Amino acid sequence: MKQRPVYLDLPRIRLPLPGIISILHRLSGALLFFAGIPLLLYGVAGSLASPEAYAEMKAGFAHPVAKLVLIGMIWAYLHHFCAGVRYLLLDIHRGIELEPARRSSAVVLVLSLALTLILGVRLW
Amino acid sequence: MTRRHAVGAHYGLMDWLIQRLTAVLMAVYTLLVLAIVLWNGGIDYALWTELFAHAGFRLASFLFMVALLYHAWIGMRDILMDYVKPAGMRLLLETVTVVILFAYLGWTLQLLWGQA
Repeated sequence: MKQRPVYLDLPRIRLPLPGIISILHRLSGALLFFAGIPLLLYGVAGSLASPEAYAEMKAGFAHPVAKLVLIGMIWAYLHHFCAGVRYLLLDIHRGIELEPARRSSAVVLVLSLALTLILGVRLW
Repeated sequence: MTRRHAVGAHYGLMDWLIQRLTAVLMAVYTLLVLAIVLWNGGIDYALWTELFAHAGFRLASFLFMVALLYHAWIGMRDILMDYVKPAGMRLLLETVTVVILFAYLGWTLQLLWGQA
């Protein structure tokens, strides 16, 4: 195999904004896999049993720590969703020039954080 | 001539496509649920159970979960391929991932049709 230069000095790598969106896409995806899916299944399964179980689940998720975790999951879902839509658009060659690509990464970052903030405030 | 390895790129395009298709399916389901919640001005126990009593909604939820689990498999495998280089360790972690995915699937089936 051809030897290619590898530059992996992590503290010195400065990712451009689209790179940050990309690594956050991975991070949020892994987060959803390990915590998001089980929480979703746990929440839905637990809340369907009876009105009491529903109220209990609601009370459980009202705990500050649970709320923080939930807000984290909301961010992960929203970021993954928004960045995913961006990738789908890039796939059909929308916004692939450098400037639009940078702008759309900023939109993804800000939009998912803003929506998380709105939902987080409502939840709290 | 191209030298190919045991784990070639031949299945890559198909997985790439499936990753996108499952993403679109999940986005549609997400917007559907969001629309139902907004239409009813929030969610309570009555609406929640009514929704899951509907066979169509259960089927849509099942398709969402299958899409999600397949999508998650492709994504997790991509992550493992990028960061875990020793073959044995990668295989182990991929196996763990598959076991977790099947556990999620079992949980989903139990939740959707277990009590009915």
